Amino acid sequence: MSIQSIIAHEQPDNFAFTAENEEKIATILAKYPEGRQASAVMPLLDLAQRQHQNWIPMKAIEHIANRLDMAEIRVLEVASFYTMYNLKPVGKWFLQACTTTPCMLRGADDMVRCIKDKLDISSGQTSECGHFTMLEVECLGACVNAPILQVNDDFYEDLDYQSTAELIEALAADTPPPIGSVIGRQGSEAESGATTLAKEKKTAKAGK
Amino acid sequence: MPKLTVNSVEVEVEAGATVLQACEEAGVEIPRFCYHERLSIAGNCRMCLVDMERAPKPIASCAMPAGDGMVISTETDRVKKAREGVMEFLLVNHPLDCPICDQGGECDLQDQAMGYGFDESRYQENKRAVSEKHMGPLIKTVMTRCIHCTRCVRFSTEVAGTPELGAIGRGESVEITTYLEKTLASELSANIIDLCPVGALTSRPYAFVARPWELTKVESIDVTDAQGSNIRVDARGAQVLRVLPRLNEQVNEEWISDKARYAIDGLRRQRLDHPYLRGADGRLHPASWNDAFDAIAKVMKKARPEQMGAIAGDQVDAEALFALKSLFDRIGSPHIDCRQDGAKINANQRSSYLFNSTIEGIDTADALLIVGSNPRIEAPVMNARIRKRYLNNRIPVAHLGPEADLTYPVNYLGDEIDVLSKIAAGKHPFAKIMKSAKRPMIIVGMGALRRADAGAIQWLLRELSDKVGVVTPDWNGYNVLHTAAGRVAGLDMGFVPGKGGLDVHGMLKAAHAGEMKLVWLLGADEIDTTKLENSFTVYQGHHGDKGATVADVVLPGAAFTEKEGLYVNFEGRVQMTQRATFPPGEAKEDWAIIRALSDRLSFSLPFDSHATVRAALVAAVPHFGDIGDIKPARWVKFGRTGALKSDAVEAGLSQFYMTCAMSRASETMAECYRAADQHSAEMAAE
Repeated sequence: MSIQSIIAHEQPDNFAFTAENEEKIATILAKYPEGRQASAVMPLLDLAQRQHQNWIPMKAIEHIANRLDMAEIRVLEVASFYTMYNLKPVGKWFLQACTTTPCMLRGADDMVRCIKDKLDISSGQTSECGHFTMLEVECLGACVNAPILQVNDDFYEDLDYQSTAELIEALAADTPPPIGSVIGRQGSEAESGATTLAKEKKTAKAGK
Repeated sequence: MPKLTVNSVEVEVEAGATVLQACEEAGVEIPRFCYHERLSIAGNCRMCLVDMERAPKPIASCAMPAGDGMVISTETDRVKKAREGVMEFLLVNHPLDCPICDQGGECDLQDQAMGYGFDESRYQENKRAVSEKHMGPLIKTVMTRCIHCTRCVRFSTEVAGTPELGAIGRGESVEITTYLEKTLASELSANIIDLCPVGALTSRPYAFVARPWELTKVESIDVTDAQGSNIRVDARGAQVLRVLPRLNEQVNEEWISDKARYAIDGLRRQRLDHPYLRGADGRLHPASWNDAFDAIAKVMKKARPEQMGAIAGDQVDAEALFALKSLFDRIGSPHIDCRQDGAKINANQRSSYLFNSTIEGIDTADALLIVGSNPRIEAPVMNARIRKRYLNNRIPVAHLGPEADLTYPVNYLGDEIDVLSKIAAGKHPFAKIMKSAKRPMIIVGMGALRRADAGAIQWLLRELSDKVGVVTPDWNGYNVLHTAAGRVAGLDMGFVPGKGGLDVHGMLKAAHAGEMKLVWLLGADEIDTTKLENSFTVYQGHHGDKGATVADVVLPGAAFTEKEGLYVNFEGRVQMTQRATFPPGEAKEDWAIIRALSDRLSFSLPFDSHATVRAALVAAVPHFGDIGDIKPARWVKFGRTGALKSDAVEAGLSQFYMTCAMSRASETMAECYRAADQHSAEMAAE
């Protein structure tokens, strides 16, 4: 790895926040005491990423550094530390597949294999069509509904090979299915349905 | 103050000290990589683990504040095992390339692996490899060797004040780099080579040149600026191979500037190793010492005393200055001057030209006014001390001169001298800040003192000093920042025009008018040499620079690494260089050349060894005998009333890398100059 290998080869010539984001920045900066504006570096990087097709160009890093009176390298350190920030272009659908132990035990490998079969990409790659990028990530914090695939900001849960394939097809057709569990599980209840407080639930329903 | 026990020795340390410092107090050495006493605490190498009573596991002593009643043991089996574990992890990804590593023989990791390393690796997997990073012409990187102590990152951020280095990525893929691999734009950048505990950052000009055990090491003084940084000169045979800093808390702590470190390759190029005489064809031809002296003696015998003058350069040692002054005193010429740049300094008023507060005084100053100087390029190590003071106490700093990034925020006053009269009259807000400060400080640079209205500026500054308490019975914050290493010695011994004598400007004017029969340039290259065509010019020095090209006789002298010489830094501190190598070819020590010439005249100067020159010098100016000390100067009235001129205030120097004959001859400095030029062009483009 070197700096050149973690950042995009082709960089835009300039970067500026949109007027809408400028308003958000004013709100974010107001949260921190005077002289501590550098604390806003992470929210600003996130804004920049959302504004710029889900990746952060170097010009945005420089812009933010300038804005927060930080050294450019300090901003780059933050941006390169967190996997949340993309320093290279990603597809329209950015898939983050959790492969940490609970997801792995519940079949994350099938999910990843399906992505590989359907899109011919492994971790860190973008599909030929350019619409999909996949990244294997560590725990996404939704272990109860494992395995998880995060698509941009949303979680799809309880995936297996078949449902992953359907999800990808739906995404390819630009019709993302409803987020959450693909097997219709509510919240984090057991896969076989609620096992406790079942009576109260019925009563609650009856009460409607 | 907490009292604690280290290996059953009881020590008392200052509040806020760390366990590691307490251990050192108790005489126990703690291995470390990331900890450095002049940098912030990172606590990431874990090598300094020690056992603390009632702690469930070893603690990192560098990051643990010493507490009252702590019981620390550093020699338990658990400590040894823990450190061995740390070492094993460090070596997991460290290449076994000591035989081709320039750090070999002076490597912290190598040394500590002798104490804590296993004899073989249990690691079967491939080691990680990291690509080299471009950091400019001075620093060579082999980043595979990096152990991520982040000393370099902390140095450039904290001490140098140019936050360009950082650690990108995380976990196993952390890499130290500059932003987009830009060249480091700091005048102190090469200090990170000394800080690097492994061979990841090594010296590019010194790459594969020598091993440390081949070198003879000599303790000396840097002459590339007037701070007099303490250095160690490492030489092998006839060549000076490198310069390293030496610890001196009062002067340079443990840093030196890049110029001090790398201009030395200029000592190998453009050297004068032979006397030269200008022939009838107008070209310089090699000659013998005899012929050269004969030619000079012929002119000197014919000329009247007032037709001869001497100009001393910026890097001349006190002995040579004294010898030349003795010569001119003896022949009766008052035309001598050591102020090449025409600085208007009165040599009789010592407090008007010293850095009176001393460099250590910066640590207690609480307001600072900089006039006509850019300390970042004129004395980078001193500037780092101002930055340290700023970081510790956020002292207000005002800067009058060309706008520049001094690595700490300044209240920029513009470059018009009128502001000074406003401050002196108390009509400027900064005057109030100085008035309310307990120990205000003024730094005056050569940019102000070489102006035509320097007398009036000095008058104003002195008035201001008295008014706002820059000078009180126990504090003198009036500081002059010299740029020439030999200047203060020259002023101290009175190497300035005597009664009716001409200064540099006057001598050059007279020489141009053909009124000077002989002008003696002692290492003087920073003058308008075109004015010297109508006079017989002697150039005595070590480099074939501007001065030698106009000379009729060239006398090859010794550079600062080739002689024992006294230098007085801008504080007035007397320090001594020592000989690391011999002068090249037929070159001689400068005092000896002048002494030998005097034999050809009707008299001989009264000294015939280095010891007798120095004794004569000390007899004439006693404080030259107190090496390492400063003789404080009495605060006197100086300057003179007058009108201020309207031209913009300049700094003492306009660029850092090529400022003397040696640095102009240095290829490394030329490369740095180009890199810095490119850097500023890029910055301007943005």
